[in-house]
Amino acid sequence: MTETAKAVILHLGLIAVLFALQFVLPAYHHGNMARVMVLATYAMGYNLLFGYTGLLSLGHAMFFAAGMYGMALTVRHLGWTPPPALLAGLLSGAVLSALVGALALRTVGVAFMIVTLMFSQAAYLTILYFTTWTRGEEGFVLQQVQRVFWGIDPSDPTTRYFLALLVFATCLMLSLWLVRSGFGKVLIAIRENEDRAQMLGYDIFAHKLGAVVISGTMSATAGAVYALLFGYAGASFAGVQYSILPLLWVLLGGAGTLIGPFIGALFTFYLIDITSGYTSAYMAVVGAVLIALTLFARQGIGGEIRARVWRGLP
Amino acid sequence: MLASLEGAVTAAVLALTAVGLSLVFGIMRVVNVAHGEFFMLGAVLAWWVSSWFGGHVAIGFVAALVIAPMLVGAVAALADVTILKRIDYDPERTIVVTIGLLYVIQQVVLMTYGPEARPVEPPFNTRLALPWFEWGENGLQLYWPWGLSTTSYKLFVIAAAAVVLEAVWLLMRHTKMGLVMRATQLDGEMAQVFGIPVERVYAFTFGLGAGLAALGAVLIVPIQQAHYLMGGDPLLLSFIVVIIGGLGSLPGTVVAALLIGMSDGIISVFFSPTLAKILATLLVALVLVFRPQGLFGTRTA
Repeated sequence: MTETAKAVILHLGLIAVLFALQFVLPAYHHGNMARVMVLATYAMGYNLLFGYTGLLSLGHAMFFAAGMYGMALTVRHLGWTPPPALLAGLLSGAVLSALVGALALRTVGVAFMIVTLMFSQAAYLTILYFTTWTRGEEGFVLQQVQRVFWGIDPSDPTTRYFLALLVFATCLMLSLWLVRSGFGKVLIAIRENEDRAQMLGYDIFAHKLGAVVISGTMSATAGAVYALLFGYAGASFAGVQYSILPLLWVLLGGAGTLIGPFIGALFTFYLIDITSGYTSAYMAVVGAVLIALTLFARQGIGGEIRARVWRGLP
Repeated sequence: MLASLEGAVTAAVLALTAVGLSLVFGIMRVVNVAHGEFFMLGAVLAWWVSSWFGGHVAIGFVAALVIAPMLVGAVAALADVTILKRIDYDPERTIVVTIGLLYVIQQVVLMTYGPEARPVEPPFNTRLALPWFEWGENGLQLYWPWGLSTTSYKLFVIAAAAVVLEAVWLLMRHTKMGLVMRATQLDGEMAQVFGIPVERVYAFTFGLGAGLAALGAVLIVPIQQAHYLMGGDPLLLSFIVVIIGGLGSLPGTVVAALLIGMSDGIISVFFSPTLAKILATLLVALVLVFRPQGLFGTRTA
């Protein structure tokens, strides 16, 4: 069996398992799973930039929020139906990431991290500044009637689960194709040795910009879908915390592996879910896990699998 | 006039905090994202120490002024030895680890100290009014309007910050410790070869940087209150100051702190504070993109 066939089978298998889980999970975990799949889509977008291109962004919440508000604001204030509104969300993510990428990619290393953090902070403050339309921290709810399209009602739990799975599966297979394509291979080459990739004649800036735009658009997709499925948009999704969380998911699950973001998001979601039952200071756990991962397991779960079980894990 | 005096207080505290960040970055090449939490920890400890000491408020305050920065410095030095040293100060991993540290410190304070904001009594707080002349019915008149008054404590904050900054400058320029630190900054490996205990210098520097932030926090606590989320703004502002002042340059940092602190007071008179923050954040991001050496830096890095 070729490596490609093995990879396709693994990821289709994951999708099949998730599809089957729908019928056995109790209601509470059923809702959680839908949320995890949307968040994992966000993490996959982040991973394309961090795990495969080697660019650590601390500002991805602005792309997630661009998708979320691009979708929710057009529905709320312009009365759009979900399909064009989702497109508006994707487009705002694409435009914003192209703009931010073009500026931030002029810097490298630590400066890149700080610049993305600053841009994201500015985006967050902008949302607060236009509180009249965005309702600031408090956020706003999209009514059920506003979310129905083509006879599909995303507020119904089963429909919601399938929509989340559909988006997750599409992005997963898209990522699989991307990282195995020529473009993806150049990104990995840039991650491994930028100078050598440049010497081989690749346009580094164009490839990095492409990675930022694809990554930002995928994150925006997750944001827009989140607003559609859960009917809520709020400024907290644009805050620093939501830029840190995808980093944590990807580090935990394994940077530069395709299933890593899903594993990390799933694990973290339940970790926070369980600890928040005991204390309101659940972010301390997030911090401790971040420190422990950096100290003891740099490769995350996916990286360990790659090192011990299957070297060809994409 | 009043705005500029308020601005001077902000600038004084900001200068202390930012110099701490700048020292750590300059000598260790470490971007400490948890710096704001060391600031917050200083403020919270100041509340603890000053409420633990009975008697006159001044005793508690002086005790806090000494104990809080020392404790915070010790915590930071411990974090350096146990965590940062183990990852070899790798820039990207350091940022991830200090983000982790940020959440751990912040949330542990939330669990123990609670979500309330608590005040610390200033040791002295007499109101000083500034005279103002106005041409009235009886010729030139002298006024003592309320709007133009300040408190003696605010003047003390400015003076104290100036003294501490001067002390840091003297430490860096005229002592053996400063010499050793500057040698480490120039070339860590070479310093090690010459028998400088680089690891201990790093631990000391990290502690000193955090201690300076804590000191700034103790000074500001009688004006603002101690709260577990208070570390966010100083972190952002110190970043802005350090970047504009040129990464790792102490005089540049102080000048930038004055500039930002003073203009923060004045800008927020004309714009809404949120808009002022948006503009400042974007400006700094653009400075980093187009002038990475900072506005005052001359090195081409």
